Amino acid sequence: MKLKFREKSVLPGFGLSFGFTVFYLSLLVLVPLCALVLRSSALGVAGFAETILHPRVVASFKVTFLSAFKAALINVVLGVTVAWFLVRGRFPLKRLVDALVDLPFALPTAVSGIALTALFAPNSALGAALGKVGVKVAFTSTGIMVAMIFIGLPFVIRSVQPALADLSKELEEAALSLGASRFQTWWRVVLPLLAPAILSGFTLAFSRALGEYGSVVFIAGNMPMKTEIASLLIITKLEQFDYAGATAIAVALLSLSLLSILLVNVFQSWTARNLGGA
Amino acid sequence: MKQSEKQADSFWGNFALSAAALMIVGLLVVLPLLVVLKEAFAGGVRVWLASVSDPDARSAVWLTLGVAAAVVPLNTVFGVAAAWALAKFRFKGRSLLLSLVDLPFAVSPVVAGLIFILVFGRHGWLGAWLTDHHLRVVFAVPGILLATLFVTFPFVARELIPLMTEQGSEEEQAALSLGATGWQTFLKVTLPNIKWGLLYGIILCNARAMGEFGAVSVVSGHIRGETNTLPLHIEVLYNEYRFTASFACASLLAGLAVVTLILKTVVELKSARDAA
Repeated sequence: MKLKFREKSVLPGFGLSFGFTVFYLSLLVLVPLCALVLRSSALGVAGFAETILHPRVVASFKVTFLSAFKAALINVVLGVTVAWFLVRGRFPLKRLVDALVDLPFALPTAVSGIALTALFAPNSALGAALGKVGVKVAFTSTGIMVAMIFIGLPFVIRSVQPALADLSKELEEAALSLGASRFQTWWRVVLPLLAPAILSGFTLAFSRALGEYGSVVFIAGNMPMKTEIASLLIITKLEQFDYAGATAIAVALLSLSLLSILLVNVFQSWTARNLGGA
Repeated sequence: MKQSEKQADSFWGNFALSAAALMIVGLLVVLPLLVVLKEAFAGGVRVWLASVSDPDARSAVWLTLGVAAAVVPLNTVFGVAAAWALAKFRFKGRSLLLSLVDLPFAVSPVVAGLIFILVFGRHGWLGAWLTDHHLRVVFAVPGILLATLFVTFPFVARELIPLMTEQGSEEEQAALSLGATGWQTFLKVTLPNIKWGLLYGIILCNARAMGEFGAVSVVSGHIRGETNTLPLHIEVLYNEYRFTASFACASLLAGLAVVTLILKTVVELKSARDAA
């Protein structure tokens, strides 16, 4: 039985490291997450549905989901452009730009939240200029989307960059020399090869945006039914001691996030199999 | 003729690409950082100094440093242990364990805070027992520690697992067959091989530990001078419309972010040089 559980190895320390890993993981991650699942199951299906289908909750999911989706789509365009530049572009300070790309990861979310709000507030230079052309960013759902673009951009760049670096230029040159136009080459040769990386970047950005709190909550305006994100509603419910409500929203949010990651994993193993693991 | 045409095209192509990329990074990434600095020093250096040396700000800084000092070593030990088990051995359920290690990244920070309320809060699983023994976890420092441990959980492990899988275990087997003990093998063979990856993971883990907001916000209780970490202190000041003070504290964390990026780049360069 024991031999079947693990392949033979001469290296020591499996028991210790495996045991510690499972123990630490269970204590810190699995048991608390079980508490979440069990607490929400205590609500029952009817109670769960009642909480989740409340108009304010539905509205918050709608604004969170739509903003995250739009932000991730925009990030695909922006992220592929920046990744393209970082791999193929010629620019003296490229190394610096490459390092700066990770700033949204490194900057604490509360800091990015107040910075973006100050940047786009109606009384700031940028906010006033945008206001003149009729675009309101701060305290609207556009603001939520902008914050989600900020937080998601590095995910797309860092997913696409290595795939682009692996892409051999000869493929493009072959397509071009066989008479394809630049656009055809890009659309029919480059894009399909980058698609898995783009998709995984999209999903990472989307899933991060779904759960994002700090960078969004300052710029959002937090108007119930309009600009209230799901994460904030969890906190509001907690402050009202509505633990059941908070738990139900949390379970829905977590399932959504896990589902999107799962879908992409399934899709990627499917493409890997169908392209012969190439 | 044809040759020069091609070059001109690629020059302008490169120009357009560079301009677009620099605009995206400049507007979306650099500008927010500059705004923090501008607002932080809006009242001059003296106001900035007064804001960051205010007693509440100082206690927030100490709490943040203390939390990171406790969380980073714990998650580093976990990361190394998990990577040893998952990269050097093949066993049943390995891929399940791999995805479970990454799980905290899929959990929203607010949900991460909530789960600890559900276990340790007044109405939580252990709530009654904790109250009987006059112990506080939630709305106190232990809760902040737990929430931070949770959100920074995978950082070290996910750097090390692919690295150690790629390196295989031939060098370790050689050391063992030459009579080294397990610990000697780890310290003298494995550790030097993974040092840059390990450092990289620690840097990222530390940045997140010091900057975590959502999860900590849920469990902290916002007791000023006691359970406010630096990010929470920034929020409190901001909500009181003390913008300059808020941005002054934010500039400390922005400085941390810049230092993190510099260290990260240095580690990347060093490890690339070692690999070459």
